[in-house]
Amino acid sequence: MDSSKPGIFYQPRTIRRILAILHLACAGLFLSDLIFYRHVVDPIEEIVGFYGLYGFIACWLLVILAKLMRRILMRGENYYDN
Amino acid sequence: MIIDFASYIIGSPWNLPPALVFYVGAAFLLFSKYLPAPLILIATPTVGLINLITMENSARLNTELLSYSVELIYIDELSFLFGILFHIAALFSAIYALKITDTRQHVSAFIYVGSALGAVFSADLLSLFIFWELLAISSAYLIWVQGTRKANQAALRYLFVHVISGLILLAGAILHIHKTGSIGFIDIDLTGTAKWLILLAFGIKCGFPILHSWLPDSYPQASPTGTVFLSAFTTKVAIYVLARAFVGTEVLIYIGAAMTMFPIFYAVIENDLRRVLAYSMINQLGFMVVGIGLGTAMAMNGAISHAFNDVVFKGLLFMSMGAVLHTTGRINGSDLGGLYRKMPMTTSLCIIGAASISAFPLFSGFVSKSMILTAALDEGYVAIWFLLLFASAGVFHHAGIKIPYFAFFAHDAGLDAKDPSWNMLLAMTFAAVICIVNGCYPYLLYSLLPYPVDYRPYEWSHVVSQLQLLLFSALAFAWLIRSGTYPPELRSVNLDVDWIYRRGIKSFGSNALLVFDRTTRHLMFIFRIVADHRLNPLVHHLKQHGVFARTWSISFTVLCIITLLLAYLVHFFLYT
Repeated sequence: MDSSKPGIFYQPRTIRRILAILHLACAGLFLSDLIFYRHVVDPIEEIVGFYGLYGFIACWLLVILAKLMRRILMRGENYYDN
Repeated sequence: MIIDFASYIIGSPWNLPPALVFYVGAAFLLFSKYLPAPLILIATPTVGLINLITMENSARLNTELLSYSVELIYIDELSFLFGILFHIAALFSAIYALKITDTRQHVSAFIYVGSALGAVFSADLLSLFIFWELLAISSAYLIWVQGTRKANQAALRYLFVHVISGLILLAGAILHIHKTGSIGFIDIDLTGTAKWLILLAFGIKCGFPILHSWLPDSYPQASPTGTVFLSAFTTKVAIYVLARAFVGTEVLIYIGAAMTMFPIFYAVIENDLRRVLAYSMINQLGFMVVGIGLGTAMAMNGAISHAFNDVVFKGLLFMSMGAVLHTTGRINGSDLGGLYRKMPMTTSLCIIGAASISAFPLFSGFVSKSMILTAALDEGYVAIWFLLLFASAGVFHHAGIKIPYFAFFAHDAGLDAKDPSWNMLLAMTFAAVICIVNGCYPYLLYSLLPYPVDYRPYEWSHVVSQLQLLLFSALAFAWLIRSGTYPPELRSVNLDVDWIYRRGIKSFGSNALLVFDRTTRHLMFIFRIVADHRLNPLVHHLKQHGVFARTWSISFTVLCIITLLLAYLVHFFLYT
């Protein structure tokens, strides 16, 4: 293996392709809610793309809150050693 | 007792107590000079598994301990499933550790596995307590053996927490036995203080919020192979006993929901990837605890099957991170990256584990976790369901994406590495195959569950909703990384509840001790002056009907002793 060449996952073209596939898959899943019936228990699930929207917001919120948490809880690596 | 054992074993040669098989295996490892250790390591779980599968349903082993009749083998669907699970986990953990030459590690690992099996198959509180304590001691050694100062201290804290859990269990058991006169643990009906004490003891081992910090504190300090063993047994024994004694206890729903939520925030900002997995373990346990709290057939099936799948995929993830630590000597996200070219097999196997924990369709987590979520919604716990859904997206984020991304992709750290030895790869492949088989064909696992399964995971609605949740989470991750918003991996310590006993109490305690010391000296001085003058009236307390001459009930005395032991433990931990 030629280690001087960047690996396949570091080539901008691959990254672009992966992102394109991810975006297409998300769009497809979102649109599938318009076409196909999805069995629901709670009325809130009826919102088109509910799971997708919730997943996206949850992850965004998770990272933002975790970053805020770092401000309060983060200490130096050797905090307990001293 | 020995005669009981002997007659039982001679009477039906294959109905061996599962714990005994591993204890004998440990003894062979320790004393046998002629049998090679790898052979014993593979043979013991294999023999144990055959023993368990062929065991008669009516197999019972009663014996006598402290004038109580104790039962060391109790088999029903629940104990059988956990028994099978623990044997499988022991097998892949043993294969993973095959090349470790330090026999003591293997011995303590086998005593640990044996004790977990002992706890699962014991039908009474007395033997449960004994195995509970053996579990703590044998597993602490797996942390100790790493030999670093950090590992030694973490092992001491770990032992401290678990011995306290044992003492609380003992106190609860004594209260229960005193009240009901029965030591039986199967179909136990706990009430009052005994119930809460026993729940507390189980909760410590299960990683309930606030009681959880031993887990992310100790697991990352163990040896790469030790952590694989540790991740499989202690917390799952806790899930098993909760599933025995606390089915449908509503408070568990809220405790479980909290357990799924708070660790994901820690996992996002944690740098040590094995600690990320430890937090992720509390998150997964949370799902199971919610299931047990809901207590319906669907929820219990979900909780138990998820425990099964969790042991395997979490084992796989710990093994892959162990392989990274073993070959590169590093485990912090900030030091790793770009390993996929040098460790392609490990990368692929890790991704299978990551897909399973994230509950991707066709992987094991999907067929079990979704049952718990569906049950929560069916029972009308909509707010809890929202939290569980949040946590599901979160677990994909930190375990599904973060672990493989920062270890194998991200920025290339240029580390020298290669895939680990064949035995480690074999153990990981074994676990990965179980993840895929259970994901694609869940009916084998479903057939082992205690309740009939009325759930079809592969329906359009389930698959699409899960894929939406996961892929949009991935989209959020991608956008956050691209926009530079994602928090970078930093060398750091994040404060958790263990701060209280690692820093808080110690500084508070030493100040308090100083004040206490001075006050008592003054008090003693005054007391001596008073006592010299008025000693006589005190004498009657020591006479026939005095306070000190009264007889106390055994249970009260034992409770006093336990309290004293606890106080001594706390003192020892804080001031040595």
